[in-house]
Formats: sequence, C-alpha cells, structure tokens
Amino acid sequence: MMAPLFSSKLLLVLLFGTLFGLVLGVLPGLGPTTGGALILPFTMTLDPLSAIVLLTSIYCAGTYGGAITAVLINTPGTPAAAATCLDGYPLAQKGEAGRALGMATVSSTVGGIFSVVILVFFAPILAKLAYEFGQPEYFALAIFGLTMLASIGEGSPIKNLIAGAFGILISTIGKDFMTSIDRFTYGINELSVGIGFIPVVVGLFAISEMLTQSTLLHQVFKRVALKAVKLPTKDDYKKTWKTILRSSGIGSFIGVLPAEGGTVASLIGYSEAKRFSKNQEEFGKGSIEGIAGAEAANNAATGGAMVPTLALGIPGSATTAVILTGLIIHGVRPGPDLFREQPDFLYGIFGAMLIANILFFIFGFFGAKLFARITLVPNKILWPMIFAVSVCGTYSLSQSILDVWIMLFFGVLGFFMRRYGFSVVPVIIGLILGELVEGTLRQSLVIFDGNWLMFLTRPIALTFFILSLIALAFPLLRSKKNKKVL
Amino acid sequence: MNNVRNKKRASKSLPFFFKEEFKVFFIIVLVSTFLLISTFTFDTVPPILNRGIQPATFPKGLLVLIITLTSVIYYLSLKKPWKKEKKLPKTFFLTILSFIFFILISKTLDFFLAISVLSIFVSYNWGEKRIFYLFLVGIIFPFIVFVFFEMVLGLRFPPGIITNLYYY
Repeated sequence: MMAPLFSSKLLLVLLFGTLFGLVLGVLPGLGPTTGGALILPFTMTLDPLSAIVLLTSIYCAGTYGGAITAVLINTPGTPAAAATCLDGYPLAQKGEAGRALGMATVSSTVGGIFSVVILVFFAPILAKLAYEFGQPEYFALAIFGLTMLASIGEGSPIKNLIAGAFGILISTIGKDFMTSIDRFTYGINELSVGIGFIPVVVGLFAISEMLTQSTLLHQVFKRVALKAVKLPTKDDYKKTWKTILRSSGIGSFIGVLPAEGGTVASLIGYSEAKRFSKNQEEFGKGSIEGIAGAEAANNAATGGAMVPTLALGIPGSATTAVILTGLIIHGVRPGPDLFREQPDFLYGIFGAMLIANILFFIFGFFGAKLFARITLVPNKILWPMIFAVSVCGTYSLSQSILDVWIMLFFGVLGFFMRRYGFSVVPVIIGLILGELVEGTLRQSLVIFDGNWLMFLTRPIALTFFILSLIALAFPLLRSKKNKKVL
Repeated sequence: MNNVRNKKRASKSLPFFFKEEFKVFFIIVLVSTFLLISTFTFDTVPPILNRGIQPATFPKGLLVLIITLTSVIYYLSLKKPWKKEKKLPKTFFLTILSFIFFILISKTLDFFLAISVLSIFVSYNWGEKRIFYLFLVGIIFPFIVFVFFEMVLGLRFPPGIITNLYYY
C-alpha cells in the first residue's frame, strides 16, 4: 500500500501539501477547497499520483488546521471547525490552550486514520457494487446525492436545492454534448466549451470571501496566549476515547454522503458527544469531550468523502469535487474500473492520506504556535495577495481572460448568495454532477424509448429514488417536529 | 421606547417590494424567466435524428424548478421573515468598484497593471497607508506571482503596455 510513496519526490509533495494545507486551514476564510482550486494549475507539472497526493494532503491537513484558529482566536479557520470554537476557545481562555489544541490534534489524527481504514475497506466494495450500475442507476444516484445535499447540508433545504439546480444549470452552458447545439452562449464563442470549474470555485470561495472580509474590517481578534501544545493526560483519554471513536464513525458515515462533509459531521459529532456525556453542563464552557467530538468527526469526514469520489466519481464534499477535477484533468477516470486497472495508484492515495494524518499530528504538535502567528498577517495585505494568485491561477488553466471575469462574477454572486442564506457548496456539487445528471437522464430515456416510468422497473434506481424522497421528506418532518419554517 | 416603537412601525409598514425577501425572489425569478425564454431560441434536432429529449428540455426543466422553489421560499418568508442583514459598508462598494477598474484596465491597458492597481486600491481602502506595504502588495508580490506562473507553468500572459516590456 505504501510502496509507491517511498520515493523522495512523493514524500516531498506530501510534506509540502501538509504544510500548505495547515497554512490554509489556519487562515480564516481560506481552506482546503480554495487552496486546492488555486494549486490545481500547478499540479499540471506533476505526474497524476503526485498531483492527487498533493491535493489529498492539503485536504487532510487543511481540515485539521481550522482547529488552531478556532481554539486560539475563537474564529474557525475552516467552516468544519465551527463546532470546535464552542469549547476550544473557552478552554483556552481558562489558560489551557495547550491542552485544548493537544486534544484537537489527537482526535483529528485518530478520526483521520479511522476514516482512511474505512476508505480502504469500503471504497473497493462500493466500486464492485457500481459494476451493477447502468445509466438509469447513475442518474438515480446523482439525484440521491443532490437531495442528500439539500437535506443534511447547512441552512435551508429549499435554498440548497435551488443552489444545486443552479449549479447543474451552469453545467448546461456551452455546446450540448449529444447534439453540439449551443446553449446559453449568446454568440460568445469562448462560452461554447462551457464554464470551467476553477473560475466558479475560486470565485465562489476566494473572491466572495474577499468581499465578506471587506465588510469585517473593524473586527478585532483577541488571541489567547499559547505556550506549547500538550498531549492529553490519561484522565483526558479516559474521558474521551468513546467520544473519539463515536465521532470517527459518525464523521466517516457523513463524509460518504454528498454534503458539506466536515462541517455537518463536526456539528453532529459535537451534539452526539454532548448527548452521551456524563458532564453535559461542561459543554460550551470548555469541555474536552466537546473538542474531541467535533475534531474527530470533521477529520473522519475526509476519508469518508473520498469513498464515493473514487468509487463512483461522485464527490462527497466541495474539496473532493476539486480532487475529482484534478483526477479528470490528469486523465484518471474515477469509478469501478480504476480499482481494477490502477490499484497501485489508489493505494498510493490511501497511503498518502494515512501519512498526511501522521504528518499534521507532528506539525500540529510542534508547530501550532508558529502556525497561529500566520493569523497576524493583516487582511489589508493578505487578501490583495490572494487576489493576485486567484487571478493568475484562474487565467492559467485555459489562458482565457474571460475565465477571470467569470471568476469575479461568481465572486460577487457568491457573496450575495451567502448573505441571503444560500450555501455555495451545492452550486459546486451541482456543477460537477451536472453533466452526469443530464447525460445519464438522456441516455436512459434513449434506452427506455422515452418512457419515464421505465425508471421504476430498475430495482437499484428505484431504491435511490425512494431514498431521495425520504431525504426530501426528512427536513419537512424535522421542521414540523421543531415547529420551524424551512 | 418611542424610537423602538417607531422603528417597528416603520419596518412593518415597509411596502413588500422594499423587503429583502421580495428583492431576492424578484431577481431570481426575473433572471430565470429571461433564461427560460432564451431556451426557446435554442436550435432543435429534427425528429428523425432526435434521440431522447431536445437539448433545451433539460435546462427548461431546471429553470421551472428554480422558479417554483424560489416562489416556495418567498411564500415561507411571508410566514417567517428573514433575519435583517446589516447595511453594507463603504469598503465593500469600493472593493466592487476595484473589480470594475480591474476589468476595464485588463481589457484596455494591461493585465499586470490591472492586478497592481486593484491590489493597491483595495489595500489602501482597507486601511493600509504605509508606502512600503502598498509597494509590496501592488508591485513586488504580483511580479513574483507573474514570474512564478510564467516559469513554472510556461504561461504567456495577455499582451499589454507593461507585459510587452517584460516579454521584450
């Protein structure tokens, strides 16, 4: 499993990816999704395995990095670390920042390694199952993915559905792949090839965040002092081992479902930790179990999210959508055939994720203090620099100035979407699934001779449709139970 | 107390078209309707060659879905109004203005110059007044990024008054 990784080049890539991921995770507003999208053009200079190893190590380390800022400045470096703030910062305020970060580091590492084990065992099984899938099954699966995204994603399910549909709509821009008829091009030749994934991701994440930061210039962060990261004590382990294992399981499961991966996983991990805890009154005031519950879950979601990405070509989160794009750019087609034809490549990725989890443990343990200093770079210097990298990165993929303008357009759109409660993640997932949804629907209708009811004669497709209905009904039932409007 | 009462009365008496929920609903429906109408101008495949559905059918379905769901969220917002957002500060509008400058300069003068102008403009308006840091953000860093992208990826940036000097 590790054999392909024992080359100095790959180890260097892993080292760089982990460090870069940590920096991205620490900086509020940036994260593994934006960072992965920005570094994607540079992966063109690497071989496919090195490229994907770089992206996955950024993913693992970036997810953990968010905890450092969550604990020290009460601002999650990534959305997945939002639940860590609830207890991490209060514990740090009590003068126990080192203990809080130690627990976050250990539980993130355990969660991450647990999820890699899940990935190694379940991805091949899912890939084998996928051999049974034809066009109708893939269509039903993609629909299930989108409904799950709406159902368990952050915010209003209806707004998530609108955002997902909008993402699919963007994927229809350009020449129709079956008939070569132009759609939504309005005479602009460059639009015939469609809208690229990178301009949309960089716009929705980096540029919209730049606009958000422009509204928060008067915000002052209070940083808690940190002497050194401390490993948890025996007593801490006794208190939290069950929570860490439970949250690792929850995170891995949530990660497999197409949604906002780590963000949802950490919230559920945190609330379950509270539900099972004997010291519920400590939650929100610096509970060590709260930190363990949230951090184990968000890192466990990384391996989980890679399961459908590699086995089915359906991303489990926004960052895995970037990784999927990386795979496609490098000519690797995810899906069951990948497991049969390129096992070395896959085991290289699994091994890299395992090592990345160990590396961020070491870097986090010894370097958290240093990484925390990155937050001292003022926004008025940091964001214009990020803008320069975003513009050049977006331009570089197809050397088109139109791509840069598209990035700016999606930046402004993303800002207003977030302002009015529309998550931008479904747009990304919709965009990447769009071609699959439309392609499999149209090819299925050709197979069925235009008879839509034939979908119901395929047991696997029917199962996914029923699951989609349940996923859609779930928020309705939940809101009725909580007497809340969707 | 009176002030609070007056504010409450003012927000209640606000006509529906001034409310944010309606503005969002109106913009989404307006854009979707425009796009929906434009789908009727797409070329169609002759029946003898057509396999499955026409190229316009799928986007039409999506747009109808978006309009329907937007109407549902607007209807729900009548029952439970959205949280009122804070007014956007001046720096936000200046940042948007810098994007417009960026597009104009990159289209007419130079791509590198556009990045420099935007970086200095944003940094200055966000509060950076020290010349060295403005120079770092606006000239040194973009230059490093330019050279890095050019050397590592072999990228050729679009021609312009400064970029031409570099390539010359």
